[in-house]
Amino acid sequence: MLSAFFASPTVQTALVVGSVVAAVSGIVGVFTVTRGQSFAGHALADLGAVGGSGAFLLGISQLWGFVLAGVVSAVAMEAIGTRRLEGRDVATGVVFGAGMGLTALFLTLDTLIGGSSNAAISVLFGSLFSLDTRLVPVIVVLALVTLMIVAVIWRWVSLETLDRDLAAARGVPTRWASTLFLIALALAVQLSSLSIGAILSTALLIGPAATALLFTRRLGTAAALAAMTAVVQVGVGCLVSFVSYDWFGGSSWPVSFTIVAAVFLTYVGARAVCALRGFAHPTAVA
Amino acid sequence: MFAAYLMTAWAGGTIVAVVAGVVGFFVVLRGNAFFAHAVPHGAFAGAAGAVLIGVNPLVGLGVFAAGGAVGIVLLGRRARHDVVTALTLVTMLALGALFLSRSREYSAQVFALLFGQILGVSPDQLVTTGLLGVGCLALVALIVRPLLLASVSPALAASRGVPVTGVDLVFALVVAAATTVSVPMVGALLMFALLIGPPAAAQRLARTAGQGLVLSVALTLVTVWASIALAVTTDLPIGFFATAIGALLYGGAAGAARSRRGRVE
Repeated sequence: MLSAFFASPTVQTALVVGSVVAAVSGIVGVFTVTRGQSFAGHALADLGAVGGSGAFLLGISQLWGFVLAGVVSAVAMEAIGTRRLEGRDVATGVVFGAGMGLTALFLTLDTLIGGSSNAAISVLFGSLFSLDTRLVPVIVVLALVTLMIVAVIWRWVSLETLDRDLAAARGVPTRWASTLFLIALALAVQLSSLSIGAILSTALLIGPAATALLFTRRLGTAAALAAMTAVVQVGVGCLVSFVSYDWFGGSSWPVSFTIVAAVFLTYVGARAVCALRGFAHPTAVA
Repeated sequence: MFAAYLMTAWAGGTIVAVVAGVVGFFVVLRGNAFFAHAVPHGAFAGAAGAVLIGVNPLVGLGVFAAGGAVGIVLLGRRARHDVVTALTLVTMLALGALFLSRSREYSAQVFALLFGQILGVSPDQLVTTGLLGVGCLALVALIVRPLLLASVSPALAASRGVPVTGVDLVFALVVAAATTVSVPMVGALLMFALLIGPPAAAQRLARTAGQGLVLSVALTLVTVWASIALAVTTDLPIGFFATAIGALLYGGAAGAARSRRGRVE
């Protein structure tokens, strides 16, 4: 069984891309969760659909549509967002709503000019097992760029996340730090929603990070733990989906479902362990 | 524009607008935008499940909306609300992906549920929608005072003896009911735009809660009516107009509020 699993080229691609995406999502996710930007993370993933459908309309590469849509929405959210959490939520919602409306428009126009943009649908329901192998190098490069941005702004963002006023007093350019972080977040979720769909993108961004933050408050430790958890969850999800082919007479469970199930069960299990043993940090942020 | 076959669309749109205006007012007041996105979007998975087992999609929609909303409130009591919302949402969507993979009826129905089809509302649907809408508004009316207090300041509400979790749960059910009313018409992805855009604009302009509520309903009605009219005349999707008008209203209101106060928040 296992040898068949690892011998399948589909699984090999899925494992490589899944691990890269999972590791990046886990690391970026720790900041996303600590900063309370889960909604922005999810919105940016879904907004990939705007880029995909819009790029098809203009006849340019969908990849650039994705990246452009992500960065533009990130900047827009940061520009109209206020510092109050409630205000930021509403700002995210307005940008998100407008973006989804544009998607509806682009999809209609796409069908009018002939053909249809599968990208938007694959963003919403993409699958790790139907990856386009040509995308693999691009995904790896985007992942590296994202990690580089995070590494460069790591100190700024950690300080700004913990205490914005203190960070400003220490001379951290807070506006730049939060905008750059949102761009890194946008790149991370775009690359994952492009490759594995928005559902998985949000799951891998939030789940492992939230689980890790139940056990530690150190951002570096949490990032490492989240990245490892996410990679393991992707592996387990792929395996279960692969094996389930034999359980139901030749129609396997979608890999998005098995990975999300692994993510959700891990988080709920971790919550239960913490509740039973009083283990969680008393002021745990997740 | 007012042809007979469009009358159900106008009536349905009006019901949706009134419900969304009232519920959206509280959603914005509570900073629950993510919740308002997660419930309709996740509930669509329930509709996919209902199609699979041959039940009315509205039932699946309602069950998933209520289950998801209550689950988020209960799980979120001792954790970060947005984290729990995100995880519940993706779990529901993943179940939706599972249901869709089991069923043969793929894109058309799913697409309709995501982006809505207000021009395809049947008169029977209208009755169900109307009843659910009235129920939803009655529930809000029943708890309006504790809900207002718990939304503005949960701590103060708790100290006054308001059962905050109970109020949260009832409100979660209200959002679920509003979702079930609206998703078949305006779609899962655009329902929440109605819950956020016009009510957020109203919040920026109004000085009191009562004003805000009335203005919120008025702006949502304007948005929906204008969107139906534009969608009929231009033949473009209604969701685009609804979200664009909502965003413009919010932008305008934010600008007006800013210049009125003369300072930047």
